[in-house]
Amino acid sequence: MRVEVNGRSHAEEPRPGQCLRTYLRERGWFGVKKGCDQGDCGACTVHVDGEPVHSCLYPAFRADGRAVTTVEGLAPADGELHPVQRRFLDAQGFQCGFCTAGFLMTTAALDEDKLADLPRAFKGNLCRCTGYRAIEDAVRGVTNVEEPAPGEAVGRSLPAPAGPQIVTGTARYTFDLDVPGLLHMKLLRSPHAHARIVAIDTAAALRVPGVHAVLTHHDAPERHFSTARHEHPEEDPDDTRVLDDTVRYTGQRVAAVVADSEAAAEEGCRRVEVTYEVLPAVLDPEEAMRPGAPVVHDKDAATARISRPEANVVGEAHGETGDVEAAFAEADAVYEDTSRTQRAQHASLETHGAVAWFDEDGRLTVRTSSQTPFLTRRALCALYDLPLDEVRVVAGRVGGGFGGKQEMLVEDIVALAVLRLRRPVKLEYTRAEQFYGATTRHPFTIAVKAAARRDGTLTALRLRVVANTGAYGNHGPAVMFHSVGESMAVYRAANKRVDAYSVYTHTVPAGAFRGYGLGQVMFAVESALDELARRLGLDPLEFRARNVIGADEPMVTPGGHEEDLHIASYGLDQCVAVVRRAQAQTGAGAPAPEGWLVGEGAALAMIATGPPGGHIADARAALLPDGSYDLAVGTAEFGNGTTTVHRQIAAGELGTVVDRITVRQSDTDVVRHDTGAFASTGTVVAGKATLRAARALADLLLDLAAARLGVPRAECRLGEEDVLHPGGRLPLKELYAGARAVGVECAADGHFGGTPRSVAFNAQWFRVAVDPGTGEIRILRSVHAADAGRVMNPMQCRGQVEGGVAQALGATLFENVRIDAHGRVDTAAFRRYRLPQYADVPRTEVHFMETADAIGPLGAKSMSESPFNPVAPALANALRDATGVRFTELPLTRDRVWQALDPGAR
Amino acid sequence: MDLNTVVEIRDGRHPAPWRPGDAWLGGGTYLFSEPQPHLRRLVDLSRTGWTPVRRGPDGDLEIAATCTIAQLSRYARGLGAPAAPLFEQCCRAFLASFKIWNMATVGGNLCNALPAGPMTSLTAALDGECLLLAQDGGRRRVRVTDFVTGAGRKDLAEGELLRSVTLPARALSCRTAFRQASLYGLGRSGVLVVGALDPLDGSLAVTLTASTVRPVRLWFPLAPTAGRLRAAIEGAVADDEWFDDIHGLPRWRRHMTFRYAEEIRRELEGGPR
Repeated sequence: MRVEVNGRSHAEEPRPGQCLRTYLRERGWFGVKKGCDQGDCGACTVHVDGEPVHSCLYPAFRADGRAVTTVEGLAPADGELHPVQRRFLDAQGFQCGFCTAGFLMTTAALDEDKLADLPRAFKGNLCRCTGYRAIEDAVRGVTNVEEPAPGEAVGRSLPAPAGPQIVTGTARYTFDLDVPGLLHMKLLRSPHAHARIVAIDTAAALRVPGVHAVLTHHDAPERHFSTARHEHPEEDPDDTRVLDDTVRYTGQRVAAVVADSEAAAEEGCRRVEVTYEVLPAVLDPEEAMRPGAPVVHDKDAATARISRPEANVVGEAHGETGDVEAAFAEADAVYEDTSRTQRAQHASLETHGAVAWFDEDGRLTVRTSSQTPFLTRRALCALYDLPLDEVRVVAGRVGGGFGGKQEMLVEDIVALAVLRLRRPVKLEYTRAEQFYGATTRHPFTIAVKAAARRDGTLTALRLRVVANTGAYGNHGPAVMFHSVGESMAVYRAANKRVDAYSVYTHTVPAGAFRGYGLGQVMFAVESALDELARRLGLDPLEFRARNVIGADEPMVTPGGHEEDLHIASYGLDQCVAVVRRAQAQTGAGAPAPEGWLVGEGAALAMIATGPPGGHIADARAALLPDGSYDLAVGTAEFGNGTTTVHRQIAAGELGTVVDRITVRQSDTDVVRHDTGAFASTGTVVAGKATLRAARALADLLLDLAAARLGVPRAECRLGEEDVLHPGGRLPLKELYAGARAVGVECAADGHFGGTPRSVAFNAQWFRVAVDPGTGEIRILRSVHAADAGRVMNPMQCRGQVEGGVAQALGATLFENVRIDAHGRVDTAAFRRYRLPQYADVPRTEVHFMETADAIGPLGAKSMSESPFNPVAPALANALRDATGVRFTELPLTRDRVWQALDPGAR
Repeated sequence: MDLNTVVEIRDGRHPAPWRPGDAWLGGGTYLFSEPQPHLRRLVDLSRTGWTPVRRGPDGDLEIAATCTIAQLSRYARGLGAPAAPLFEQCCRAFLASFKIWNMATVGGNLCNALPAGPMTSLTAALDGECLLLAQDGGRRRVRVTDFVTGAGRKDLAEGELLRSVTLPARALSCRTAFRQASLYGLGRSGVLVVGALDPLDGSLAVTLTASTVRPVRLWFPLAPTAGRLRAAIEGAVADDEWFDDIHGLPRWRRHMTFRYAEEIRRELEGGPR
């Protein structure tokens, strides 16, 4: 074998069944990513003799005698970037960046014909973050990033600091490092939806050459925990063991095999002999709640924090304000139906996984693809009785999260193996495992009944919500509670009632997912209100506008009032106005094909700018000897762009340019604590800590400068590299040296506890055309209004909105984790689970509201989860408008739409 | 992905006794896309040196099993035959992108025998015939419509090799019409219907794939009426032969098949142009 990779020759023989992707990565070419390992996502695209191929499908031995180019070799040797790399930087055609190498290598191979047909050219490349508009901009040479200017960072579209690394394939994600002596773990998973493990014989597995250990429930701690990560662990039920003697869903881990190679670990898994006593399983949550149904967790309710274990109810909420039944009796119009949302997968391009080792000081170090390094450390310490200072958890750049990584799904078992073997161990999920061995969005059934008076006053809203949380409770109760919060509070109705249940079934667990339950319930509520307005002969948008809460009104839910939640800025009226303008522009958007039905629809959404119960962030800003700054934050970067925003906030306070600020992050060593990058807190909570740290540092530096110069502090101000004062400039380098000489450290801390909180608003509007003969839906125009407060970085915030709309369109139109009659996931690959492709996503016009929040840092509000939430109901409302048929079940695939519209098929 | 149970790559040019756990390796785009724990040896066809596509003296077109989709697409662009546009249409019906075309082979797509396999659609519609080589050296020929017998099922014995598919000159001279439906834009085919009108005798072949568990080729000596076409489809496809998988409800597939077949009948009604 002799293969030339980026001009370097490699002579090592590949293994017979090895693909080129792993051959390249084993030689250190980490720019070649594993998104799916099945040829579907394109993240591993390389050029072989100039032809673009998916290296995960390319037999490595066939590269013999050929020249391979990876993203690391795309740029010419003169140190300049390849034009395609330059354009992806200028447009910021990425968010998490995990798919970017594949897009770069594909784009670089497009000829004129293919450039003219990008939807087809990008059939083999998936991006989960951007919604593709930014990628189109990159291909077309549009520049979106702005030049940094001293002290003027906030509100500008400054580029992500990691951009140059992302486009050159040198950004380091979880597995992009070489760990000497690394062992590999593979998991044996349950073939049954419910079974007791009677016996496990590991002898044959241990005889496989290269196998070091086989871990079973005998090796696991007895104690139960929750894989969900929250600041307060007691929010989540303790129902999970590292390895259990009962399996509760097909795909649950049964044993872990650790070996010198993945091949040996896989062989070990095949040799583990498990004797199961198969038990009856229940897959449907309504059935699970009935008396006599198989019990998923026969546990003590109080100890495990399960509401009613015998009824499979892990959490429930009941409440009423006013008297809904009386209101229904008095109403002029009542509408009632039942909506259903399906399971969806986060599908971050980087899979779950962790690599862990003991460092030279004997500390357990876990490098993981996580949104919550600090909480994961805490959980590991609790699980294995380790002191906090003996465990370090680090996230590299994370390749997408969407809530899926607010969970400890791998670190526990990897840590167990490292503690046992005292050797570095890695576990990297396959794409298939992401589907059956991780978590999903919660499938919901929502029975809604709403009533109004003829004058358009919404008088009553009643919900019965059943969320299927699967075999483990993790985020179940919290998602259920959140789902009926802002979705009900945003409307003023005097009478509200809720009965909500989070229910165990023997299916793959559901977990945190962008929107955290709100999107599911808003689909039902926003659909029902649309229908109610129609019954009254009112314009659905007007009806909503009349019944949403105003800026000074209380947010009332039947579950009770949240004391720390405030409307600290109000842009909902502006959101409605954006939709009205879109409605009025009848000529805008694509024309409808002849013979198709046309309709339009809107939906509103409100979301708290952080989770209840507090969300902690620490930050530390420091002046460095060279006069530049170091900013340490706990929050993780997974494409949400918070690193960019944190630099902007700090640069604004410190009067400098972002390039002079280096951010260290997502490492339990760099700050005291950070609850994590979830619940849309990266800017509003962690950013506030950064603001406070930077402001405190600025104060300190000005104090020091004033004292040293003997001038009033008010006459000093911070410049790019100096303190500016009436007599001239004091270089920060000198200030640092002077302070150091007298033992003063030029550093300051910032802290925010995540409370009080505000609310953000969104509205989505679609005009669609529907072909009744085929069921095809075409989006003619898409408009989104986002009340993000003061927008820190318009380019990035727009990207968040576009990405949220795109992801929501996937969940609205086709994404579906299907489970068969035996509880097995039937869609464990991207070719079976359709993600929105370039061709699927229309361009959305994004409008920001003119608001400034009184709580958020510099007036900012969150804008990560919320754009997702109004999309499905807006589309269903448009479809209703076009066809006259109310669709209450997602996804709206062509076959089902046709079936509902075809008179003969119904 | 890595196929970790594979212990040997054999060169397909040098015959050796076939063993359990052996598999022919064409482009690898299927084999390397899913775990194959039953495989021990891959018999590599990439060095066979077979000419990818060859037009015979009689005008027949012989497509080697190892011909890549990219090679076929390029060849068809220069193919001076009325049916030439159908080649590109079927190549584009792949769920996979042009990058996969650089590796995936015509033979591999046929041997996967998936209802949505667009090379099955192409070669079945153009009356293709497979040349199969047995381990004992025996050769046999099977029509494509008989080669793919069900979803994932084909008439291929253990160790037997699909060598090539031949499309008769007569079929290449047909005027063709193509319709494809998917649940998604540019997605995997849920329905794929091809019409081929013979300019010499005015006969019409309508071939159904993707919506049915196996390719169904309906031949009409004279262009049928709408009613006769519909009746023929109903007669040829049993109720349980409408494919039921995640890529479309059988009822929708059936509906779309009738719709497209009729559209194709009308499109080709004008006769040879």
